[in-house]
Amino acid sequence: MLPPLRLVLCGSVDDGKSTLIGRLLHECRAVFEDQFQAVEQASRRYGTQGDDADLALLMDGLQAEREQGITIDVAYRRFETPRRQFFVADAPGHEQYTRNMATGASTAGLAVVLVDADKGVIPQTARHSRIAGMLGIRHVVLAVNKMDRVGWDQARFDAIAAAYRAVARETGITKTQAIPISALHGDNVTNRDGQTAWYSGPTLLDHLETVEIAPPAEGQPFRMPVQYVNRPNSDFRGYCGRIAAGAVAPGDRVRVFPSGAETEVERIVVWQGERQRAQRGDSITLVLKEERDVSRGDVIAAADDPVKVADQFQARLLWMGDAPLVVGRPYLLKLHTRETGVTVTRIKHREDVMDGRARPAATLGLNDIGSVNLATDRPLPFTPYDENRTLGGFVLLDRRTGTTVGAGMIRFPLMRAANLRRQDFEVTREIRARAKGQRARCLWLTGLSGSGKSTIANLLEKRLTAEGRHTYVLDGDNVRHGLNRDLGFTEADRVENIRRVAEVARLMVDAGLIVIVAFISPFRADRDHARRRFEPADFREIFVDAPLATCEARDPKGLYARARRGEVKNFTGIDSPYEPPDAPDLRLDAGAESPERCVERVLDSLE
Amino acid sequence: MVTADATRPAYGPILGTLESEAIEILREGVATAERPVMLYSIGKDSSVLLHLARKAFWPAPVPVPLLHIDTTWKFREMIAFRDRTAAELGLDLRVHTNKEGLRAGVNLFDHGSAHYTDVMKTQALRQALDAGRYDVVFGGARRDEERSRAKERVFSLRNRAHQWEPRTQRPEIWNLYNTRVRPGESLRVSPLSNWTEGDVWRYIAAEEIPVVPLYFAKERPVVERDGGLILVDDGRMRLRPGETPVVRRVRFRTLGCYPLSAAVESDADTVEAILAETIGADRSERHGRLIDHDGEASMERKKREGYF
Repeated sequence: MLPPLRLVLCGSVDDGKSTLIGRLLHECRAVFEDQFQAVEQASRRYGTQGDDADLALLMDGLQAEREQGITIDVAYRRFETPRRQFFVADAPGHEQYTRNMATGASTAGLAVVLVDADKGVIPQTARHSRIAGMLGIRHVVLAVNKMDRVGWDQARFDAIAAAYRAVARETGITKTQAIPISALHGDNVTNRDGQTAWYSGPTLLDHLETVEIAPPAEGQPFRMPVQYVNRPNSDFRGYCGRIAAGAVAPGDRVRVFPSGAETEVERIVVWQGERQRAQRGDSITLVLKEERDVSRGDVIAAADDPVKVADQFQARLLWMGDAPLVVGRPYLLKLHTRETGVTVTRIKHREDVMDGRARPAATLGLNDIGSVNLATDRPLPFTPYDENRTLGGFVLLDRRTGTTVGAGMIRFPLMRAANLRRQDFEVTREIRARAKGQRARCLWLTGLSGSGKSTIANLLEKRLTAEGRHTYVLDGDNVRHGLNRDLGFTEADRVENIRRVAEVARLMVDAGLIVIVAFISPFRADRDHARRRFEPADFREIFVDAPLATCEARDPKGLYARARRGEVKNFTGIDSPYEPPDAPDLRLDAGAESPERCVERVLDSLE
Repeated sequence: MVTADATRPAYGPILGTLESEAIEILREGVATAERPVMLYSIGKDSSVLLHLARKAFWPAPVPVPLLHIDTTWKFREMIAFRDRTAAELGLDLRVHTNKEGLRAGVNLFDHGSAHYTDVMKTQALRQALDAGRYDVVFGGARRDEERSRAKERVFSLRNRAHQWEPRTQRPEIWNLYNTRVRPGESLRVSPLSNWTEGDVWRYIAAEEIPVVPLYFAKERPVVERDGGLILVDDGRMRLRPGETPVVRRVRFRTLGCYPLSAAVESDADTVEAILAETIGADRSERHGRLIDHDGEASMERKKREGYF
């Protein structure tokens, strides 16, 4: 018997996906009598098939789906025939729910792509095929549905199949089987009742029962991401994980990445015993010979064929966030069991949905696919996605909400960082600061325009200098005239503005200076990003808090007035938000207290 | 520690994959949680989940406390099995009952199954989860049980009020589970998502996992009510006019509160016989769950309110 088949059913809305899977389940007797009765009952209420049971209702498990007659989220079903077991993901057709389709496709080995014989290949057909191909699906069944509506017209079927092959070719799909069907009546789904004397191929079920999906190549070197460190007592230290590639046995030499330390597998521990061999897909616990500092997110790999480690990559990215991707904005990246901060440093291009051609793009919106460069906060052990899905596939998460906003596939590492190896100098930051008789720090003043940041920064620097300290002020306006004069006020430019300032401030702290940054820096994510560039004790977020009305009344540069007149766009507090710090290191009541008093409080806080 | 070479039991490629996947999910949840907990309902799925947790963290003991929501209307044999299991395996078992509901005398004879379930199960669960401030909650739910469950993610986000928002589920790509929650939010994690009822029984047989004896056929006193056979488990069972308990050879496909769990007539008194019956069954196991029939989409509604 062939191994189980994992398939995803996709296509546009109203192409008949849920009807098709309902039909398959029903014909394969995978629907229990009481479930079928419930569908018959619901059919009378929501059904579209008159007195017949609307089989789509078997799969549309959410109330909103039945009411609207659409599929919102992917449904998972199992069924089996005497010849094979099936895991089915029924994916939604609407463009707005494409991310749910990607969810279903990501674990599938084959995609059944439905098209309506009347409509033929449409952009949604291409989008779903592109995502399926991108995720690594090579086998597609093109099910041309509703053939009864076009009189089982062979010419129509051939034209659609030809149009689809053109799309499939450049999406990475290598095997396409086209089948004319009527899901409503079951023709060519499980029976041959359709008027298709001209069609000599298999029925859909025949094909699904017999198609062979090549398993991942055998003989790959051993790789296992460490998921959990099991340390019940001082006598036992096991590294738990699921093997991503290859096989392992006691005595094998392995290296742990990113550190690269080499050791030997002592035992493979499983429930109440040990094993002499484990392979791809097995969840195991490894005990290593020497005590090594190994933690979650590390990868244990064959010593003679190790994984690569890098912190800059080129990747293909499917954007799934409601808000568009912002270049330079910090996100979280999860690759196998490792989580780290990440920024997209550049969008190389966006792929056209229909023809796959590269289009220039400044951002990626919901459901867009693009090619991007990424820089991670920490080095990642990886392999390209084409070699191994587990070690090359990642998701991006929004830092604030935690929601999943992107799915990416590593193509190759960018070697820039590896080539520009960081030089370790012997005069350290501490030595430089000590020579100046001070503790180097970054004091980051954030607040609305007109809240008093520049005034306080100026007074503060005068006081510190008078005390013999070595200081420097980075002021928003001044920096924009020089270092950042190429940046405007779009969201991406604001992110880059803050990134550069944080980087300069870090260099200055490294040089031993007390750096005072006076920037509106309205977005929490960007200030958090700046903070992460420093040692925790070296960064003070100081919230210069004054009410908007007060700032607007002061309006030292006349900017509020211009913003109100619409002459200045994206002005913080007027038509662009200010996100106050959740937990600043210091909050100054700059509406009520004088700048002098505020400076005293900053100095007190530094004691 | 036993040092025999433990080769895989012969249960075919699917159970081996499902087991490794479930262990991966359990480890991922525990590795990323601050306060994990495992809901333990005493049924066959809970028994399998507990067994998998013992395997996942071996040789360490199960590093997660077990939580049982006790409505006080469970079968007596279930409670006996629960306490025996906890004692034998040295588990950290926490039992919670909705005390206000109990004081108010909420029961399903007087208040109907919908209200009873809401107070004694859903609200009770929310109370216990709030009190424990649990951020990862493992449970034995399977996608083949019911069509709204077929739509749920393996790591399923719940808001501060423990509600499921089915229209805005996070994408779940590959087996890269998103474990980020904000304060007060939690994840319901279902390691058995991709298992079927048949898989569960095959696994119980292969691994020799103990389950509550009520799953096996035996002569038991039952009354026929609303088309189902209800076990008269104790003196609190109120008989309707004309109802007389009769002894029939029955077993249960699913276990819950005894007045809400219908038995089926059966001779299956071994796991093998149950498997033969399950594979040939023409009704789903949840058919015996009377609360699922409280209206169209009743399971989804309960889940949105915080039910597992």
